[in-house]
Amino acid sequence: MALDRWIALAFIALCCVYGYAAFFTMDDQLPPILRRNPVWPSTFPKILTILGMVVGLVVLFTSKRKAESDAAKDGAIDLNRLGDYHIGQALALLGLMVTYALTLRPLGFVGSTIAFLVIGAVILGERRFHILIPVTAVAAGSIWYLVQEVLGIFLRPWPGIFM
Amino acid sequence: MLEGILIGLTAAVTPFNLIMVVMGCVIGTLIGMLPGLGPMSIIAIMIPVAIGIGDPTAALILLSGVYYGAIFGGSTSSILLNAPGVAGTVATSFDGYPMARKGQAGKALTIAATASFAGGTIGAILLMIFAPALSTVALLFHSAEYFALMVVGLSAIAAFAGTGQVAKALMMTILGLMLGTVGEGALSNTPRFTFGMMDLQSGFSFITLAMAMFALPEALFLVMNPARAASGSSDDSGKITGMRITRSEARTIAPVVGRQSLQGFFIGVLPGAGATIASFLGYAVERNIAKGAEQEEFGKGSIKGLAAPETANNAACTGSFVPLLTLGIPGSGTTAILLGALLALNVTPGPRLMTDTPEVFWAVIISMYLGNLVLLILNLPLIPYIAKILTIPRTFLIPFILFFTLMGSYLGQNNSTELLILVGFGVVATILRFADFPLAPLLIGFILGTMLENNFARAMQLYRGFDFILERPMTMGLLALAVILVVLPSYRGYRARKRAEGVADGD
Repeated sequence: MALDRWIALAFIALCCVYGYAAFFTMDDQLPPILRRNPVWPSTFPKILTILGMVVGLVVLFTSKRKAESDAAKDGAIDLNRLGDYHIGQALALLGLMVTYALTLRPLGFVGSTIAFLVIGAVILGERRFHILIPVTAVAAGSIWYLVQEVLGIFLRPWPGIFM
Repeated sequence: MLEGILIGLTAAVTPFNLIMVVMGCVIGTLIGMLPGLGPMSIIAIMIPVAIGIGDPTAALILLSGVYYGAIFGGSTSSILLNAPGVAGTVATSFDGYPMARKGQAGKALTIAATASFAGGTIGAILLMIFAPALSTVALLFHSAEYFALMVVGLSAIAAFAGTGQVAKALMMTILGLMLGTVGEGALSNTPRFTFGMMDLQSGFSFITLAMAMFALPEALFLVMNPARAASGSSDDSGKITGMRITRSEARTIAPVVGRQSLQGFFIGVLPGAGATIASFLGYAVERNIAKGAEQEEFGKGSIKGLAAPETANNAACTGSFVPLLTLGIPGSGTTAILLGALLALNVTPGPRLMTDTPEVFWAVIISMYLGNLVLLILNLPLIPYIAKILTIPRTFLIPFILFFTLMGSYLGQNNSTELLILVGFGVVATILRFADFPLAPLLIGFILGTMLENNFARAMQLYRGFDFILERPMTMGLLALAVILVVLPSYRGYRARKRAEGVADGD
């Protein structure tokens, strides 16, 4: 089965969950006075559920594989040749982003950002550390200054124990 | 109108706002040049900065500058490297790159700059004429018509998504609308679809969603397929000479610029069309009406073939502001992001924008002239130096793109959970991109969702039910139009498929 049909199937499943919440659980919390209204908080989600189901089924049953010539566009990603791409690097970077999200507060902005940028570049094959580390340090420092001092948004620069 | 222009001039021509125009154009040009980063990603990355500024006029001026700059920067990489930074400048590379190969890179850049300038400026004049007229009409609209109009807008975006894509685009729109219902609704303060999670109480942040839909998948695609970014390997960018164009060349492109400014502007006004379609259509029209030798020249370095898409895409960018500023309905992903930014700044675009906050409305229009002027002044002499950015190695570039994506979403909410939501949505968006699902309708659906539901609820309450559809002929007409927009392309696709199958059977 083509990927777009799997996605349509997942979408229909999502509509089922969404629709269940809209049709069966949401109205329980509604105060009696609001029940006299012609429109409830669940009205719009109910309409969306039905529309979503219909469109999901249309995609599921009518979508067809695109012509081969379309897939060969310059620079486009062809799903059949997925093995040829740097999937590992992409996954490693995604993992790195999650790690960054989890360490941003405990490690502080400057430390975690330098680590993120350096490790990210290393994953992509960069080995010139004498350029990499100064560039990332300057970038992290100046972005912190810009955000904290110019835009006035609080960003803790160092780990909590130093502050 | 004169009064409006004066209001705009006083608001836009302050030292701070002028700095914003210049900054927006420079940042837009620099980032737009990088292959793979479209105006949507760039604007999404810039939003926290714009919101941080606090003043809606300055913020919108900055973001519009970024928008033009991105389109302009994209044309530079199209001409020099045959690697369009944005989809709207793909048509530019058809004739721009052959010119550069012939050693006329300087001339090609000059033509691109002047054509963009002319397209943008004529577009701004048309915007000044049409927007006030349209908002006068729009003031007569009630919530029922607004609801219907938004439905038309959403269906049009799906309908223009391309053959075989209508159902997919509709699916994405509905997904966007569904995501928009998460959190505390405007109707009553009951939390919806939060599944007991506090972080979902205020709903998803649109910046996070915008980043996840555009910037993150694009960056991941750059990682997965290095061929996508042809940067860092060219030595063409080093030598750009002969920027001058002759008087006869100027005379040749003048009618092209005139025609394409008008055509591009009106295509830009249509929901869902935008700069990409305008540039391709502009190129095709000019090639068809060119005669003999001139037509032969198209694709081999024709100056007309370069001027046409460049004029059209800039005029279309300006045109896409018409529905945003007058109706509050974005016609493209980029204007949807701008709408989100405006809402975050407590400005509600729509017909009342001109009466309530005329300084915002007119300052944006005036800043369009200024922006185009800045781009012309800035780019002509500086292009050889700016083009050096194309030589930044991707090992440095990609971590920085990812970092700015993360920062953009973090600064909006100051919450690390937002980053996890971003990565999660980013992965989903990448999978959707693999299967060729258009993502702009999702974001537009998400941003319009709340407004759509509010207007729907208001209409329902006024008419005690669905009667508003029957009792207001205009609402019914608009909703019928929406149905036609969706059904017609699907039906035609179905007919074409049946006919093709019939032919195959006959053989």
